[in-house]
Amino acid sequence: MAQIFNKSANNIAKISMIVAVVLAGVAGFAYTQIARSSYLTGRYLEKQQPVQFSHKHHVGDDGIDCRYCHYSVETTASAGMPTTQTCMNCHSQIWSDSPYLEPVRESYRDNKPIEWERVHDLPEYAYFNHSSHVAKGVGCSTCHGQIDNMPAVYQENTLQMEWCLECHRAPEKFIRPKAEVYNMSYQPNDIDQTDRDKLKVDYKIRSTEMLTSCSTCHR
Amino acid sequence: MATADNKPNFAAIRDNILSGQGREYWRSVEEHADTPEFREFIAQEYPHEIEHWDNSLSRRNFVKVMGASLALAGLSGCVIQPPEKIVAPVRSEENYLPGKPKFVATAMTLGGVATGLLAKSYEGRPIKLEGNPDHPGSRGATDIYAQAAILGMYDPDRSQETTYRGVPKTWESFIAEFRSAIDENRRDGGAGVRILTETVTSPTLIDQMTKVKAELPGMKWLQYEPVNSDNAMAGARMAFGSPVQTIYRFDRAERILALDADILSGFNVGYIKDFAKGRAVTDEKTTMNRLYSIETTTTLTGAKADHRLAVKPSQMVEIAKAVAAALGVGAAASTYTENAAWIASMAKDLNQFRGRSLVVAGDSADPIVHALAHAINGALGNAGQTVVYADPFSPGSERLQLDQYRELVSEIDAGVVKLLIILGGNPVYNTPIDIRMSPERLAKVPMRVHLGHYFDETAEQCHWHVPEKHFLEGWSDARAFDGSATIVQPLIAPLYDGKGAHEVVQLFMREGFDKRDYDIVKEYWQGKNIAAAPAIAPAAVPMAEAAAASSSHGADAHGDSHGAPAASPTPAASPSPSPSPSPSASVAPTPAAGSSPVPTASPGSTAGAAGARTFDDNWRRAIHDGVIFNSAATTKTVTANAAFLAQSVPTQPAAGGDIEIAIVPDPCVYDGRFANNGWLQELPNPLNKITWDNVALVSPRTAKRLGLNSGNDEREYAGGAQGTSFINTKGGNQFSDLATLSYQGAEIKKPVPVWVAPGHPDDVVTIFMGYGRTRAGRVGTGLGYNAFDVRRSDAMNHGFGEIVKTGETTQIASTQIHFNMEGRDLLRTWDIANLKEEIEYGHQEDFYPKSMYQTGHRELYNQNTKWGMSIDLNSCVGCNACVVACQAENNIPVVGKEQVNRSREMHWLRIDAYYSGDINDAEGPHFQPVLCQQCEQAPCEVVCPVHATVHSAEGLNDMVYNRCVGTRYCSNNCPYKVRRFNFLLYQDWTTPEYMLMRNPEVSIRSRGVMEKCTYCTQKISVARIEAEKDGGRAIRDGEVITACQAACPTDAIIFGDINDAGSMVAKAKKDGRNYALLNELNTQPRTTYLAALKNQNSEMPDFRPPAPKKHHPKSKPEGHETNTEEKH
Repeated sequence: MAQIFNKSANNIAKISMIVAVVLAGVAGFAYTQIARSSYLTGRYLEKQQPVQFSHKHHVGDDGIDCRYCHYSVETTASAGMPTTQTCMNCHSQIWSDSPYLEPVRESYRDNKPIEWERVHDLPEYAYFNHSSHVAKGVGCSTCHGQIDNMPAVYQENTLQMEWCLECHRAPEKFIRPKAEVYNMSYQPNDIDQTDRDKLKVDYKIRSTEMLTSCSTCHR
Repeated sequence: MATADNKPNFAAIRDNILSGQGREYWRSVEEHADTPEFREFIAQEYPHEIEHWDNSLSRRNFVKVMGASLALAGLSGCVIQPPEKIVAPVRSEENYLPGKPKFVATAMTLGGVATGLLAKSYEGRPIKLEGNPDHPGSRGATDIYAQAAILGMYDPDRSQETTYRGVPKTWESFIAEFRSAIDENRRDGGAGVRILTETVTSPTLIDQMTKVKAELPGMKWLQYEPVNSDNAMAGARMAFGSPVQTIYRFDRAERILALDADILSGFNVGYIKDFAKGRAVTDEKTTMNRLYSIETTTTLTGAKADHRLAVKPSQMVEIAKAVAAALGVGAAASTYTENAAWIASMAKDLNQFRGRSLVVAGDSADPIVHALAHAINGALGNAGQTVVYADPFSPGSERLQLDQYRELVSEIDAGVVKLLIILGGNPVYNTPIDIRMSPERLAKVPMRVHLGHYFDETAEQCHWHVPEKHFLEGWSDARAFDGSATIVQPLIAPLYDGKGAHEVVQLFMREGFDKRDYDIVKEYWQGKNIAAAPAIAPAAVPMAEAAAASSSHGADAHGDSHGAPAASPTPAASPSPSPSPSPSASVAPTPAAGSSPVPTASPGSTAGAAGARTFDDNWRRAIHDGVIFNSAATTKTVTANAAFLAQSVPTQPAAGGDIEIAIVPDPCVYDGRFANNGWLQELPNPLNKITWDNVALVSPRTAKRLGLNSGNDEREYAGGAQGTSFINTKGGNQFSDLATLSYQGAEIKKPVPVWVAPGHPDDVVTIFMGYGRTRAGRVGTGLGYNAFDVRRSDAMNHGFGEIVKTGETTQIASTQIHFNMEGRDLLRTWDIANLKEEIEYGHQEDFYPKSMYQTGHRELYNQNTKWGMSIDLNSCVGCNACVVACQAENNIPVVGKEQVNRSREMHWLRIDAYYSGDINDAEGPHFQPVLCQQCEQAPCEVVCPVHATVHSAEGLNDMVYNRCVGTRYCSNNCPYKVRRFNFLLYQDWTTPEYMLMRNPEVSIRSRGVMEKCTYCTQKISVARIEAEKDGGRAIRDGEVITACQAACPTDAIIFGDINDAGSMVAKAKKDGRNYALLNELNTQPRTTYLAALKNQNSEMPDFRPPAPKKHHPKSKPEGHETNTEEKH
């Protein structure tokens, strides 16, 4: 009785097993890369806003403090979005005829709020609180990047859980003195690790177990 | 999916349902309404399943569907988030902080009695109601009706437009037509004008009515509602010669006798608080009050009573006389000879506590029982001590409501009434059948106007229907049980263009007829000049607490305003609600807060010099505090005259029938006004745990005699011994025999399901009001039978009748046998006389120090806040307020009757009810709230294949919804049966009103996800974040108040940090009565219980000597045989 399989079948079997493993590995790797890609996370994607507002101009050139517009960043979970009235505080005086600002004036006139496109969008089951992070020496630019260089704001980081955990597992790598929280150009390494370790103690930042408990962020 | 542009057409949906084409039972609102959106949704997700979903779901299909969802679960990580908008208000508003709730004082009125509330509001959306600690009718706690009121406000079935004979009209056209009708009636002084309201205690509305009366002397204002205090008023007139309002002081009463009085489940939370105060036993206070109850239907009061006598309703009068005779009241003599020893011993006990005892008669008891109660209280020296009297708050009290209503009916029949205005209430549905406000009778009135929340049975029969404002939408005022006045303050602009009673009555005025309710109420109080409240020192409320959005409710309410900067450029109260009639469908922060009519009352800041307080200062202060200072009724001294005993009392006509029947309001939907509230429909009735239905209660002996509900075999029939109910069961389903029931010669139209109630008197049937609605809405229409079919004006509360088995059965959804923990040592009820002995025997040891679980985390928990809860079963009265509070706080869905039948109700917190004793002589039920026990060694965690339930560093059992794949292993392994699984998409994701209603701090769970009590982790998080921002301090004791704890009227639930030795919960856990459920499993639960106590009178014939000690002896651990012991 003739052999069903040629001898070369041995090699084919071996190779196909290796190829299967490699393919599975590649597929797995591809999945992780796709999951982290800006296609899915929205990272680096600029969004068209109803008003052509430039953070680069207002923050970088004019030097307006973050908290002028994002007024509740130190008190509530939300950083707060400026009311149309906040825009009009200045723009009733300067650039008051600019066609770019017509949507703002229209909103103020008709009492209809401006509908901004959300750039940083956490899933609904993640409960982020701006005020507690600011209070513990996490700077704006730590998460949002150098907003003062962004004409149109984009998302600097993936905002995925693994990215959150980088800091929640080792906050001493990222925290900064409270005076530098609103400094856009501050880098974590501007002070030594020992100073940052001391900051962690001073701020009474809780243990890693506390910071990585599920209910810290999910409710 | 419904969006703002594609809003579901509720009118069409309602018509669909009312025409009988809707589904009988439903899993979610969409499914029930069977909207095109829902069909589309199914079509998208399960292309081949449409036919199956149209039919009821078979097990096979269910497994297939679940398989599909599991397969799809892995792909969920690759979903791009849908784009979202951020919408900020146009104009800046002082004190507005996005995402930070405000607490605003208001009040809810039921039966003319106000309960003060603090409404929690996010961006102008009220989402939760808490009790107002400053209000005497609440003192920080709430009842089920207040908790469910949020759902009532957002109910999409509420009527949404002014209609004339069902055709939408504008409010302006109504004004024109209504005022021309009034003008026509002016000619004869309004002789044909009648206004029918429910019980009114609102000072402003009473004042308005007086003004109308001055303009139209012939006008008559009549008050009627089916559950009223007619008997109390008639009884007071017998005893005192004039009607009086009786105000009880339960905290001063050490011996209480309730005569058919349910003092614990009434909506008067202040009374329950007082009762619990006298009931509580601590190390310092080692005595407790003793409660005697003589009643027909088992009530919460009877269940809690130390001695209970179940009697027929017709015997009540003679029993009251016997009690009076035993206490030496005048010429009292009784023909009642049974239970003489019981009454004698009880009377002796009351007599020993002169001035510290109290006799209370209930609303359903005959007038003479009330009169006798007054006489007994007088004889015992209780008047002025435990009971005080005041003038009635409602001007109609001189005449019985029934007489007022009867007069209205006779005038309608005589053709006198030309213009009838029905302000609230539903007389077409709920008036006595012999003088029913029937469509035929109403047709004799040429013009009929109805103001109501729903387009209900009455609205259908009226020419004009005006949607009524919810109390959270309009201004008003009301009085608490002690007469304290409260300004009712709106939280939100009317969702559906509603109008208030004040605004409708104002249309009678020649001038200023279009005034808004705010101006009407304020003007009234301006005339009255509100008394100035003493100034609160600003230091009394630290700024830190003002900043904290935690639910330490009192502090927040004060904090919101006292913390306000002194310079307040905006007027304190915007005079009228904003012109935004419909809610925005957007979930993003809407500018609702900007247009909210809520005043930013800042009394502290404006009242600079205490001497120079203007009316506005006091007005703001009254609004802010939620109670007008010093407005409680002045008490008066009246002396009961026992001469009424000599008068002949008209006895009730005894119609044919060998059975006595009592009619009582439903403990959940009351008189039917809450019939369309899904939370209250699904709320298990506190005593028999029935949901979505009303039944007829009979005693086990009577059931046996009539062959009703005899069960499949004797063992199942006697299931009460195992803590189950008395019911026919087939598999997991419960069946009830149907019977035809006649009362005073009239028959209830629908067959009545029978339910066997231990503790019920023999040969008596209890039937419940509130069901059998024909136009309630999507939820309430068509459920149950209508007791108003047979309720007669000459037999309002009890009478005679017959009950005949039809031979058919029906399914009843009772949760009584759900989540059964199978009769281990779960419930401890001790006698206070044996307290020391019991503590010694009942002490729990850790029998199994060695564990298969890791124990290393204990160190970690000790470093952090160690949250724990203590539930005092001695205080708990089983009122269910915590269950609804939990549902409101945690966005828990309603599942519908069919799903409850399958044991799939979603309540995170349930109240187990256990009977004890023989089936024919049952004691109890005893109540035990069971929620997630937050085991330190949690059995659920070790079986989860995906780590969806894990421990936090604080030792709490976190549930991670997004990891859950729905294996249900955790639920299977939970010995306490506290985990709930979303078998279907119970949550309504599309109705815009419900989106506004939900608590934004809690995730909305979807199908296929397990959920359970989290100890209100969102509240812990908020408190923790505030503490962290406040320099990383520890969270203070009492800073986190769970939803159930906040609602509890008896303070039975205490929550806090066990590591903090000074905390309330740590102290409670040191109490000798402390025990853990299923301690032998070594799960080390964070929730523990304090044993219930009875304060029995050893001289009573029904004294139950304490059960022989069968608790674990201290020393030796033994096998499970000795651990499984009977409850007692």
